[in-house]
Amino acid sequence: MDEKKTTPLLDELEAGEWPSFVTQLKQAAKKSKMAAGLVQQLEASYEEKIGHWKHGGIVGVKGYGGGVVGRYSDDPERFPDCREFHTLRVNQVAGFFYSTKKLRELADVWDKYGTGLYNLHGSTGDIILLGTDTQNVQPCFDALSEIGFDLGGSGGALRTPSCCVGMARCEKACIDSMDINHNLTLHYQNEMHRPAWPYKFKIKISACPNDCAASTARSDLAIVGLWRDTIEIDQDAVREYVANGFKLEENVLRRCPTWALDWDAENKELKVKAEDCTHCMHCINAMPKAIRIGKERGAAIMIGGKAPVVKGANIGWVLVPFMKMEAPYTELKEIIDRVTDYWAEHGKNRERVGELIDRVGYATFLKAIGLEPVPQMVTAPRANPYIFWSAEEVEKRG
Amino acid sequence: MARTDFGPPDYREMLPPIVAENYGKWLYHEIPQPGVIKHVSETGAVLYSVRMASPRLVNSDWVREICDIAEKYCGGYLRFTTRHNVEFLVSDPSQLQPLLDELKARGHMIGGAGHAISNVVHTQGWVHCKSAVTDASGLVKSVMDELHPYFSGKIKIPARLRIAVACCVNMCGACHCSDIAIVGIHRTVPRINDELVAKTCEIPTTVASCPTGAIRPNPKLKSIEINAEKCMMCGNCTVVCPALKIMDPENDGVSIWVGGKVSNARTAPMFSRLAVPFIKNNPPRWPEVTDTVKHLVEVWAKDAKYGERMGEWIERIGWERFFKLTGLPFTEKHIDSFTHATQTFRSTTQFRF
Repeated sequence: MDEKKTTPLLDELEAGEWPSFVTQLKQAAKKSKMAAGLVQQLEASYEEKIGHWKHGGIVGVKGYGGGVVGRYSDDPERFPDCREFHTLRVNQVAGFFYSTKKLRELADVWDKYGTGLYNLHGSTGDIILLGTDTQNVQPCFDALSEIGFDLGGSGGALRTPSCCVGMARCEKACIDSMDINHNLTLHYQNEMHRPAWPYKFKIKISACPNDCAASTARSDLAIVGLWRDTIEIDQDAVREYVANGFKLEENVLRRCPTWALDWDAENKELKVKAEDCTHCMHCINAMPKAIRIGKERGAAIMIGGKAPVVKGANIGWVLVPFMKMEAPYTELKEIIDRVTDYWAEHGKNRERVGELIDRVGYATFLKAIGLEPVPQMVTAPRANPYIFWSAEEVEKRG
Repeated sequence: MARTDFGPPDYREMLPPIVAENYGKWLYHEIPQPGVIKHVSETGAVLYSVRMASPRLVNSDWVREICDIAEKYCGGYLRFTTRHNVEFLVSDPSQLQPLLDELKARGHMIGGAGHAISNVVHTQGWVHCKSAVTDASGLVKSVMDELHPYFSGKIKIPARLRIAVACCVNMCGACHCSDIAIVGIHRTVPRINDELVAKTCEIPTTVASCPTGAIRPNPKLKSIEINAEKCMMCGNCTVVCPALKIMDPENDGVSIWVGGKVSNARTAPMFSRLAVPFIKNNPPRWPEVTDTVKHLVEVWAKDAKYGERMGEWIERIGWERFFKLTGLPFTEKHIDSFTHATQTFRSTTQFRF
């Protein structure tokens, strides 16, 4: 087995300007036999145009029902070194901030118990530790817990919430996305570590409608910061933009989706009709020095976002148009609990909450979780006459 | 017994002092040069963030290298973005140029801020996923080797452009709402190993897993049958019943989608829509995919207005003109046939010729 193996196809991916994952794999392969096994198996996939990982396999740590994804080669005789290649999902720090001390501690642990290969970060937000065998999973978790890193979720459970950078480094932050993220991650550890739900559940938090955390599209329950008064305009700064040749008419006024902005050329003043503004962010994005978010800040809660599996993709729907977001976020947690309780009880196997709403109807869902309907929840009222009336709503007959 | 349920390290202990001191106090930002973002606080503090491309799949030595750099220039702190870039946070302006010089000398690429193509959000692919139809990392590397001038700011574009790659239709990577998405797809019906189905699969669960009702029990063999005409090759049944095999190297490949976005800026978030139904898997470089993606970026960049995302541009010019300008064929495959299909059929005579 010690003969020198070549990887002509992967080698081609070491050329070019963009940083190469193959170079990363090969460097790891020098230190880790398991990583070297992965390189061989991946080369075979490139040759044969097919993956070589087997379906499933339950691997875990004591006390948890998830957080480790078991992975086995489908051809262990051919690729003995990566016969077991499990993943640990690890809670990332809110906002993806790290001290180098913490990252070095993590690197030392992962070199000791695994391949030293990571995704920084996974699609959902976790730190993904790629490649260890069954016997090292528990010792690795023990060592991780020593340095303060806990596992994320897998299976029918909550995934580690993730968020944008928010107030840490953004002038558009209407809410403290990182603090909400950290608070919810701690509060819902049990829901993350012990799968008890019909399918996965994701929570993401963006501090403004630009939605850098892709929360509305990518999470079952999204928290999106916004304001409900009016944007703040620094007229001197607007004049400076105009004086410097900024195309105010073309790039801002005509791009405002509700024509809420007007330029008073005589007095050189930018005016906003507050009631027409839909906080679409465009003018703020275009003129960050002159226009700021409003003062009465909170968040909208969106529900049901997901990728296509099983019944098609959804972009989340408005569940709560505005909610104040102050620690310890009690009102938010109550909504999350009511949503997940109802879904846990009524959801079918592998049915995400958006698909459950599609099946039972939004009105039924709102009633079940105790929310009054408001026009912000729909793009338009129903266009068909097939309305459900309950016995209590009509006169009793006979 | 190890302790459990303690969660991640507290972010407050992971913030560089300038961020902790100016938390919630930032006033505005500007982009003085590609990949460098300057934030100004109401306290007068100025923070430079230098954004560096990452391959996302990295090793411990790479982690230690970025730690070395952050210790030298950034007081021992750094962060990652939601699109997998690394950000070095510089509070001392005199350290900015030396940092940029060192990153350049070490061969790292700076960019991805503002109106640019940022890093690609993607899935595991053949590297680590059981249901991968293609290799996500290889596609990303191949595409970005072509498109890196749009990341580094050498070529300017009218707006942000976000690319995502998913190695199967599960789309674990925001593909359903990206300006350009590359998605691995199957084109053949799962093969049934009756003996293995009988031994390892729950028949009712397998039948129920099919979104089009194409599966029914085969009681004689204690297995199932698939109605090929109803099967849309989504792979759901193979997730609940591993005895069904859908991988088909001859017929699997990738599709390309356009016009999605997650942001509420100007317009509501949009789904990505089908542009190219199928391109053969052609590793290690997928030249047909990279050519198509580059072509799409070039056509959009030439025709779009300031700040206009791919989907907003298409909404303005119309899909008929999108297909004309790009030269891509419109086929029966482009007409939706699933759950939300009728919402995409046009009910107006307002169209172009």
